[in-house]
Amino acid sequence: MSDAWIELTARARGNRKLVIGGAITAAFLALALLSLVWTPYPATRMDIASRLSGFGAAHWLGTDHFGRDVLSMLIAGTRNSVAVAVVAVGIGLCLGVPLGALAAARRGWVDELMMRISDVTFAFPALLSAVMITALIGPGAVNSMIAIGIFNVPVFARLTRGAALRIWSLDFVLAARTAGRGGLAITWDHVLPNLAGLIIVQATIQFALAILAEAGLSYLGFGTQPPQPSWGRMLSDAQTLLFMAPRLAVLPGLAIAVTVLGLNLFGDGLRDLLDPKLGNAGDGP
Amino acid sequence: MALYLIKRLAAFLITLLASAIVVFLVLEVLPGDPASIMLGVNARADTLAALRAELGLDQPAWLRFIRWLGGLVSGDLGNSYTYGVPVAELIAGRATVSVPLALGGMLVSALIAIPLGVIAAAQRNRAADLGISVFAQLAIAVPNFWFAILLILLFSVMLGWLPAGGFAGWEAGIGPALGSLLMPVVALALPQAAILTRVTRSAVLDVLGEDYLLTARAKGLSRAAALWRHGLVNALIPVVTIMGLQFSFLLAGTVIIENVFYLPGLGRLLFQAIAQRDLIVVRDVVVLLAGAVVLVNFLVDLLYGVIDPRLRREAAYV
Repeated sequence: MSDAWIELTARARGNRKLVIGGAITAAFLALALLSLVWTPYPATRMDIASRLSGFGAAHWLGTDHFGRDVLSMLIAGTRNSVAVAVVAVGIGLCLGVPLGALAAARRGWVDELMMRISDVTFAFPALLSAVMITALIGPGAVNSMIAIGIFNVPVFARLTRGAALRIWSLDFVLAARTAGRGGLAITWDHVLPNLAGLIIVQATIQFALAILAEAGLSYLGFGTQPPQPSWGRMLSDAQTLLFMAPRLAVLPGLAIAVTVLGLNLFGDGLRDLLDPKLGNAGDGP
Repeated sequence: MALYLIKRLAAFLITLLASAIVVFLVLEVLPGDPASIMLGVNARADTLAALRAELGLDQPAWLRFIRWLGGLVSGDLGNSYTYGVPVAELIAGRATVSVPLALGGMLVSALIAIPLGVIAAAQRNRAADLGISVFAQLAIAVPNFWFAILLILLFSVMLGWLPAGGFAGWEAGIGPALGSLLMPVVALALPQAAILTRVTRSAVLDVLGEDYLLTARAKGLSRAAALWRHGLVNALIPVVTIMGLQFSFLLAGTVIIENVFYLPGLGRLLFQAIAQRDLIVVRDVVVLLAGAVVLVNFLVDLLYGVIDPRLRREAAYV
C-alpha cells in the first residue's frame, strides 16, 4: 500500500460524517439489494383479516389498511427510491458533465448557448416537468426518473463548466496546448480527472435530493403507481388514516429522512476527505 | 451599467420566451391532438370537433403560439375547459392563497435562519454551533410534506388546536385565514430555513475576519454590536442570492404543501387540472410558475450587480 493510500484511509476513519453517513448509505443500498430476493412478506400481498394491526411478532411494524406488511413495504420502497435516484442522477451525469466540459473547452457561442439552455431548464423544477410529462404520457416511476433527471442536467453542466474553466487556465493545461494537444484530449486527460472528486460529491447530494423529489412526486400521485410500494405513496395513503393509525404516517417519513440524512452526511464527509483545504471552515463541526 | 442591464434584460426575455416555447411544444404540439387527450378515447366525434374548433386546433401551431403569447401579455388566457370560467380569473383567485403562502414561507425561513446562522458563526465550534448544525442537517433531510403531516398529527389530531386542512377564505376575516395558513407556512419554511442557516453561518464567518469589523471594534463597538450592525449587512448578499436560487424549490414545495392541506391555491389547481386533463389550465399555470422562477433569478442577478459593482463585468460572462 502506498503512503498516500494509508494517509487517506487514516483520514477517512477520523471523519465522523463520512463514517456515519457511509454506514447509513451502505445499509440503505444493502436493503435495496435484499428486497430483490427477500422481504418478510411479499410487499404487495393483502391480508384484509389482519388489517391495521399494530406492532407485533407476526408483523414487526404492523400492517396497513389493506393488511400489507409495513416492514416489507418499507424495504421494497428502498429499491424504488434507489432505482429512481440512480437513473435520475445518471441522466444528469451523462448529459450534464459532457455539456459542461464542452462549454468550457469551446467557449464562445457554444458556451453561451449551453448556459442559456441551462437557464431555461432551471426554470422547470422536477415537479413542473413531472406535471407536463404526466399530462403527456400519464404518471409512473419512469416519469419521475425523467423529470428529476432533466433538472439534474444543468446542475452538473454548470458545476463542470465552472470548475473546468479554472483548470483550463492552469499552467499544465497551457503546456499541453503548447505541445499541440486538442481540446478533447486535454478535457479527457487533464480536466475531467481533476473534476472527478467534485462531481462525485455533487452526485451524492443530488442522489439525496432525487430521493426527496421522488417521494414528493409519488406522494402527489405523479410518480410510482400502486401496487408498487413507494415511500411517498405510503405517506399519502397514511394521511387518510391519521386518526386510526398515526404510526403509518411516521414510519415512511422516518425512512426518507434517515436515508437523506445519511447521504448528505456521506457527501459532506466525502468532500472533506477529497478536498482537505475546505475542511470544516464553512460547514460546522 | 446600462450595457450590463441591457444584456441581463435580453437574456431574461430570451429565457422567458424559450420557457414558453418548451411548455407549448410539450403540451400542445407533442400530444398530436390535445383535444382527444382532454376528452379521452371514448369521446364522440362531434364533441371532439367542437373542442378542436374552440381551441383553434385547425390553425397552424405557430399561429396558435403567437396568439397564446399575445394572450399571456394581455392577460386574456381563454376559458378553462372544466371550470368554464376565464383561466386568468381562476389563476388570480388561486394566487390569493399561493402568494401569501410562498412569501410567508420565505419570511419565516429568513426569521429562523438569519439569527441561527449568526449565532452559530459567533459561537463557532461551541455547543450552540454544534446544536444548530445538527438542526440544519436534520431539517434538510426531512421532506416538507412529511413534516406537514406530523404537524397535522400533533396540532390537529392530538391537540385539536388548528384545522387539519382547507382554507377559511380571506372574506372570513384575517384571523381564520391566517390560522389555516399557519401550519402550511411553517412546513414550507423548515427546509428553506435549514439551508439558509448554513449559508448565513458561512457568510458571517467569511466577514468575521474583515478589516472593517476590526475598525468597528476599535471605534468602541462591542463584538456583538459590530457583528450585527456591520457584519450581517455584508453577509446578507450571499444569503439573498441563495434565497433567489432556492425559489424554484420553494415553488415546488408550495405545490406539494397546498395538496397536503387541501388549500385552494395554484398548486392545488394544477393538481386538479391534471386529474381532469384540463390542458389549458395546466399549460397556463406551468408557464406562469416557470416564468416566476426566471423572473426571480433575473431580479437576484440584477440585485447582485447593483450591490456589488465588481460583478457587473464578470457577470456578463457567467
